[in-house]
Amino acid sequence: MRMLSRDWYLDDAPASRLQANAGRFYRAGGLLLRNPLAVVGGAIILLLVLTAAFAPWIAPYSAVGQDLSARLLPPSAQHWMGTDELGRDILSRVIHGARITLMIVALVAVISAPLGLIIGAVSGYFGGLVDKVLMGITDVFLSMPKLILALAFVAALGPGIENAIIAIAITAWPAYARIARAETLTFCQSDFIGATRLLGASHGRIILRHVLPLCTSSMIIRVTLDMAGIILTAAGLGFLGLGAQPPLPEWGAMISRGRVFILDQWWVATMPGFAIILVSLGFCFLGDGLRDVLDPKQGGKS
Amino acid sequence: MPAVPRSSTLPALALRRVRRFAAPVLGFVALTALTFLGLLAITFFIGRVVPIDPVLAVVGDRATQEQYEAARQAMGLDRALVVQFADYVWQVLQGDLGRSVSTNRPVVEDLARVFPATLEMATIGIAIGVALGVPMGVWAAARQGSWTDQVIRVLALLGYSVPAFWLGLVGLAVFYAGLGWVAGPGRIDIFYDGIVPPVTGLLLVDSLIAGDTGIFMNALSHIALPAAILGFFSLAYIARMTRSFMLDQLSQEYVTTARVKGLSEWRVVWIHAFGPIRVPLITVIGLSYAGLLEGSVMIETVFSWPGIGNYLTVALLNADMNAVLGATLVIGAVFIFINRISDVLYRVLDPRSR
Repeated sequence: MRMLSRDWYLDDAPASRLQANAGRFYRAGGLLLRNPLAVVGGAIILLLVLTAAFAPWIAPYSAVGQDLSARLLPPSAQHWMGTDELGRDILSRVIHGARITLMIVALVAVISAPLGLIIGAVSGYFGGLVDKVLMGITDVFLSMPKLILALAFVAALGPGIENAIIAIAITAWPAYARIARAETLTFCQSDFIGATRLLGASHGRIILRHVLPLCTSSMIIRVTLDMAGIILTAAGLGFLGLGAQPPLPEWGAMISRGRVFILDQWWVATMPGFAIILVSLGFCFLGDGLRDVLDPKQGGKS
Repeated sequence: MPAVPRSSTLPALALRRVRRFAAPVLGFVALTALTFLGLLAITFFIGRVVPIDPVLAVVGDRATQEQYEAARQAMGLDRALVVQFADYVWQVLQGDLGRSVSTNRPVVEDLARVFPATLEMATIGIAIGVALGVPMGVWAAARQGSWTDQVIRVLALLGYSVPAFWLGLVGLAVFYAGLGWVAGPGRIDIFYDGIVPPVTGLLLVDSLIAGDTGIFMNALSHIALPAAILGFFSLAYIARMTRSFMLDQLSQEYVTTARVKGLSEWRVVWIHAFGPIRVPLITVIGLSYAGLLEGSVMIETVFSWPGIGNYLTVALLNADMNAVLGATLVIGAVFIFINRISDVLYRVLDPRSR
């Protein structure tokens, strides 16, 4: 059968692992494209990624170059979002800020999702005392207010974007550990795990190659849904002056600078906020859509 | 322990009833105590282990070796970490959170002074959230797919995507500077400050006790905007959860039966379908209330609201670690407590979990 045709994707008896995986993605992708919210969300995220990748070419002005003769200009044809107190074009700064937001989101996901996955899978797979101890720690973190915990960590580590990322990642992993454990428990007694063990596979291999891949789809949903919260926390840290430091065009820090001018030059603080809302909404939409497609038992409710 | 036999006598029945309630309560106490210990471990870790050298922060980098050693011993940092932790737990249990560097008062006193302001705002916020969020969620579920449903869904999702501090700034620009409907930042106008005797610490209640309507109205116009913004965030969460719970119920067969019987739609929705979701809603409202205590950090900073959130951020900017950890500990403890209470309420009230 010809590769990459519709029939090849939808074959009931895939000939290779590649074909089976491709078929799964094809079906899920088709469902996702029929979900309007998910399409809107996906488009927003795509816009974010493209903006971040091509920021220097898209932005009409420099993100850091000052022009004191053009201070605090209202939105106009030259400066679509106006200028800030140092005469910098706000639109250009918002565009460059997409890079920082994307970096924060990606790093937090890359640190906390695998950490949560491994802790959860180990906990569910071994059970017993290991499970009790790991889940006890997880529950303590889970019952703490995230923003406050992140604030306290940044206070101890010192302000800065790297420390903000570490602090957010520390507060984000427990939810993933819970999900990974729940998923692991549903199939760790299955025959295929037992068969693999009989073949002589080590615990590490079973967890890495057979348990973790089955947890990924629920993990992807949860991480996507959490992204909005992560963006808001990062922006909040930036707003309090604990995250990205000036002159970095981080959206939360930009709002904080514009706070002084909010009553007369409203655009300085307002414009970066719209960017935060747009991107967070995009992740919410996409997460909801992914849940409808990948997790039919919870989908369609919210 | 032997199982209670089926043909039980009256005392045995009473015992079984006691045990049914005792088990969750005992579990509640044990779990809460463990979680508090975990919370203390985290604040201890943040305060003593994460900073590179807490001694250097006190004596400065020009101190001689002797001064350094003396400070290190005075702070008790030469002892084993476990001993230090036990000491820390003992201090906290006695209500000693150290002294704030910036206010030069014990942190506990500071926190007791600022906490009522946060409580007042969060309580009005949750009241708004429940009063609007629950009906909106039910309404959206009853008209699933209609444009009202879509509007409420988007409104709820906005609650997850709008930065609280941004909404606060925009609210100030529109309703205070633009329209002049509400008073500006702060809890009360300066010439009204400190007139009513603090009985409860809640300014709205205290001014009513003192019978001063002028101060009451002034405090009300100060609290209206920040509380409404907090209310919006809890509304978003509560409406979303209510809608999801209601959709679950409305798809059940007993609802169809009720409709076939010819009951009015209002009765079906509000009596039959709403009944079973009241218990899970309590948990949701509890979580939302706890979340508002956290959300108030940002709102209080924007509105210069003299509550615990503002205290925390001021302490953060002054690198006043005792105050930071004390505020973290108190917010964390309240958060855990509300969490656990709603958890145990759920277990006691929901007949299925017995």
